[in-house]
Amino acid sequence: MIRLSYLSSSKIPLEAECITPDFFLGKSNSDISKLPVFDGNRKCELGQFFSITGTMDDDSILIENDCSNVKLIGSRMTRGKIEVLGNVGMHLGAGILGGSILVRGSATDWVGAEMKGGTIEILGDAGHLIGAAYRGASVGMRGGNLIIHGSCGNEVGSHMRRGLIAIGKNVGDFVGMGMIAGTIITAGSVGIRAGAEMKRGSLVFLSERPALLPTFRFSCNYDPSFLTIYFNKLKQFNFPLMNTISPWSRYCGDLISLGRGEILCKAN
Amino acid sequence: MFNFFQGVKIIDTFAEAFPITGTRVIVTAVSREWAFIAATTSTGYASSVIGCDTEAGIERELSPDETPDGRPGFSLLFFAFSREALQKAIVARVGQSILTCPTTACYNGVPIDPLRAIQIGGMLRFFGDGYQTSKLLDGKRYWRIPVMDGEFVCEDKFGTVKGVAGGNILILATTQTLALQAASRGVAAARKVPDVLLPFPGGVVRSGSKVGSKYKKLKASTNEAYCPTLRAIAASKLDQNVSAVYEIVIDGFSREAVEAAMKNALHAACGEGVECISAGNYGGKLGPVHIRLSSLIS
Repeated sequence: MIRLSYLSSSKIPLEAECITPDFFLGKSNSDISKLPVFDGNRKCELGQFFSITGTMDDDSILIENDCSNVKLIGSRMTRGKIEVLGNVGMHLGAGILGGSILVRGSATDWVGAEMKGGTIEILGDAGHLIGAAYRGASVGMRGGNLIIHGSCGNEVGSHMRRGLIAIGKNVGDFVGMGMIAGTIITAGSVGIRAGAEMKRGSLVFLSERPALLPTFRFSCNYDPSFLTIYFNKLKQFNFPLMNTISPWSRYCGDLISLGRGEILCKAN
Repeated sequence: MFNFFQGVKIIDTFAEAFPITGTRVIVTAVSREWAFIAATTSTGYASSVIGCDTEAGIERELSPDETPDGRPGFSLLFFAFSREALQKAIVARVGQSILTCPTTACYNGVPIDPLRAIQIGGMLRFFGDGYQTSKLLDGKRYWRIPVMDGEFVCEDKFGTVKGVAGGNILILATTQTLALQAASRGVAAARKVPDVLLPFPGGVVRSGSKVGSKYKKLKASTNEAYCPTLRAIAASKLDQNVSAVYEIVIDGFSREAVEAAMKNALHAACGEGVECISAGNYGGKLGPVHIRLSSLIS
């Protein structure tokens, strides 16, 4: 395991998309310390901001200290493991293709934006636009698992096409907006306009049913057996789920879009 | 040539088995009763590939903790000569006997090698007439087909295994009653081995066959050498005091599994009234897998 300790207390965001097992693999610590990062708009070297110890013998990176200002950690990584002991900045694991990221603190916006595979787990909270499409892009998350144990902001899973997002606590407005497919499971309260313009996919709300858009139509109460497969998956993450809901209410929508999406929530 | 095991004569011969393609299907339902109905109906008329599209049966019952969707279920094994034949048989059987059965779902029970997988849910999804949806989780796709009691969930692809079919022992006993008791003991013991299937009714065959017939259209016909009623007029292999013969046929995911099941069956079958244990073979013409009975008693 290679160990990075963040040393800077600067308020200027640091863009460190080189912090991935892919970039580190086969490099000595001195080579790793010379990898490029951007301190604001100034090109610098990773070693100016992090102390680097250990070796990449097991394809994993451990990051220490509060990295709330460090952006793009693990972005586009394809393999290995990153563990962050503190908080992290924006775009964590954006475009990730494989491997896993575990954050023991909290993250901010754009976690797993347009991710295509792998697993991101955050034990604390996360910000807005988790697993979402970047502005101007048509497709957000395309695969993998995004597990947030805490709460999230708005537009979670915006335009996602595939994969699983699970939120342990509350989620903001417009969850699953423009969703193309995939699954979002939330355990806490849900903001307004959930699933707006979703085409397909599943929004699963374990708490009380939120106010739904009028373009979602009630279909039936039933027991969808496929949900147990997801709940079993989330058990691996010690996710706080109550697998005792029966029956579930199914609402189809968004009928101003394709209308093949669904909201599953506890039947009244 | 023969040996003795627990006082029973063990003929020094071999069971002639052959390679076959197999898979495991996990069927679940809201209750054990409905899962059992789906399991039995989907594996009916599947005793031998001589006359059926597949050899199939229940491997064992599964507790809710063991199934993908946390409901009661059964593990079913299916075998056929090729992946194409296996897919065709299972699609038809799942489509007619599991999809139609209330509350059921169907999952793959074998690790998937993409090059050797067969498509089951992916073929059945068209029943959804465009309303079907799928979920992709950890590389596995699950089809959700809307039906009148909710939805039928079926995994898209199932893994296959190159297994062995036709492992067998013949139990020769002094009376029909004692032969059947011995066969039942053998079946119960063989079924304790994982990855094996005893495809015949109750795991026992009374109509052991030989290859071919005097009638040109028949691929197989009665094995007169083991029919006690023909001892006086045919080339019999039965001693004077043998009045009934039962065969236990075993398919499995590996030679080792079939051997272990044959060994269990042989050991359990030896008992009161059993004169001799033999095995069916065709002189090496049928299959390349030869399992010698002597290796099962050593």
